[in-house]
Amino acid sequence: MKMLLLAIWHYRHFILTSIKNDLRTRFARSRLGATWMILQPLAQGAIYALVLARVLGSRLPDTNNQYAYVIYLLAGLAGWTLFAELITRCLTIFVDNASLLKKMVFPRICLPLIVSGSCLLNNLFLLTATLGIFIAVGNYPNWMWLWLPMLTVITLLFGLALGLILGVLNVFVRDVAQVMNVVLQLWFWLTPIVYAIGILPGHFALILRLNPMYAICSSYQQVLLWGNPPHFKTLGAIVALSLLLLAGGMFLFRRASPDMVDVL
Amino acid sequence: MKAAVLKIEELGKAFREYRMEWQRMVGWFGATYKAANETWVLRNISFQVFAGESVGIVGQNGAGKSTLLKLVSGTLRPTEGTIGVGGRIAAILELGMGFNPDLTGRDNARYAAGLMGMSPDQIEAVIPGVEEFAEVGEYFDQPIRTYSSGMQMRVAFSVVTAVRPEILIIDEALSVGDAYFSHKSMARIRKFREEGTTLLFVSHDPGAVQSLCDRAILLEHGRLLMDGEPSEVMDYYNALISEKENETVKVKRLLSGKAQTVSGTHEAVVENISLHNAAGEPVEYVNVGESVELRVQVRICGAIPRLVFGYMIKDRLGQPVFGTNTHHTRQALEHLVDGQRVEYRLAFPMNFGPGSYSVSTALCSTETHLVNNYEWRDLALVFTIANQNRDSFVGTAWVPPRIEVRRM
Repeated sequence: MKMLLLAIWHYRHFILTSIKNDLRTRFARSRLGATWMILQPLAQGAIYALVLARVLGSRLPDTNNQYAYVIYLLAGLAGWTLFAELITRCLTIFVDNASLLKKMVFPRICLPLIVSGSCLLNNLFLLTATLGIFIAVGNYPNWMWLWLPMLTVITLLFGLALGLILGVLNVFVRDVAQVMNVVLQLWFWLTPIVYAIGILPGHFALILRLNPMYAICSSYQQVLLWGNPPHFKTLGAIVALSLLLLAGGMFLFRRASPDMVDVL
Repeated sequence: MKAAVLKIEELGKAFREYRMEWQRMVGWFGATYKAANETWVLRNISFQVFAGESVGIVGQNGAGKSTLLKLVSGTLRPTEGTIGVGGRIAAILELGMGFNPDLTGRDNARYAAGLMGMSPDQIEAVIPGVEEFAEVGEYFDQPIRTYSSGMQMRVAFSVVTAVRPEILIIDEALSVGDAYFSHKSMARIRKFREEGTTLLFVSHDPGAVQSLCDRAILLEHGRLLMDGEPSEVMDYYNALISEKENETVKVKRLLSGKAQTVSGTHEAVVENISLHNAAGEPVEYVNVGESVELRVQVRICGAIPRLVFGYMIKDRLGQPVFGTNTHHTRQALEHLVDGQRVEYRLAFPMNFGPGSYSVSTALCSTETHLVNNYEWRDLALVFTIANQNRDSFVGTAWVPPRIEVRRM
């Protein structure tokens, strides 16, 4: 473990440069460049807002704020986007870097760290844009917004832990990535992001509460829309779960490492 | 005695296939599941390499050369055995080094240097040198996707060798790229060697192995077949690639301590070979430029449709100096029967530089010994050229000039 941390420390500059390169190359040949990072999730939010609020007439209960639904939607999306991006990128992290892993010797743990850093950066841009929109529609900052960094870290931890496990498994069984793409879509709809949990029948809502992403997304919503503190108890449980998953993921990663290049 | 920088003991690498992948995964948690299919790519490999030594690794495709280099450099983990490494390793394993096509050559060079564990200061310090050595001009600031494979190779080699490593590992890489750059990279490798770098080198080019390495290792089907002097190992390897059914490869230790390789189906054999001077006397020492005659007696031991005799004169390092055959001179013989004898007399001036030379002979049916190899004999004859009365010169060729000097 100490060796691992030392290796990470020694490669810290490499990790930072790679995050920078990652941003640059992803948009190297597109006109709008980095703007797409923000435009994509915002466009998704706009579509949901249009379809659900305007066409289907969704409204949040207990509020007169006409923008409440949009804020609710964007707040949930901010958390979900970070989680989903982490999972999708971690899934193929080793497969995508096969040629690098085969040709160069470097601490492999750098790869998930690079992905985390670049996802985190994307999320910061998105959050900034989201908060900008909130202010534009009259939802002014309050002290509760200061919980956002903590929420981001928890989401990151959970996404990374799960992503690492799935990424390692995907090297050996490539179906994992395919299955997860479907699971992620289902998961999105099982998390109250575009709807409020109150509209669900009671027993169904009860099951949904077991979904860690419910606690995370609703904390974003509580903080950003209602100005309430997040659910500390549930979040604490998620942190514990994430640490457990992360320990499992690291164990898996270290055990699978020697076999990894063989099958890539 | 120098210290071993590389100590490989009982190294083995198996690629395992399982009927179900979870059986492999169970293995990570301690339980062992029998693999459905186990392929040993390398096994029982043991050797040591000392500081400053350069070792060529030769063998046919699939012999395990690249796997060995990957194990030593650390991208693959051994299944059994140990590898002891003393010093920093720099490796060019395959082409391209996983460059990012959308980044410029400069950024990729920085990235690769970072991957090798350099700090930002070190990277900035070596980048100008990389740019200068790669000589890709303005392309250095263009995306890698616009590069030719030779240009990628230039950048890759320049980055990997930007700082002298204790151990340098090169897999075939030098065969790509133009002659100019390969000379340049060879020069850099030689310089590293003189400064004490150990070189591990895979190549199909016998010339490169012989001129660069002071030791060669022959791998065949994942086993270490031979470990010795490059010229001996290359001779054996040459015999091996022509090996076919009914053929044998024999290695005989000569009195001089050199190993002689004889291979072939033995339907025609060289019975006698000798070198004669202008007076017809057999000689072993020859003056530079002296007229000589090489006499070769061949016995036919079976019906042969066509017989081509070829010979090659090699220098001390085993590099070919001159060779030709009776196919090229349109003197191939046809329809030979058992018991016949043929004598070849080759008269030529010994226009070579001083040193020890050897003659290899080949008896086959076409211009290459890969089709019907009746006999291939390395070190069939060894002779020495001495400069007795010519003006001093260096090199393996004697090309006496007429020099005009005028004071202006």
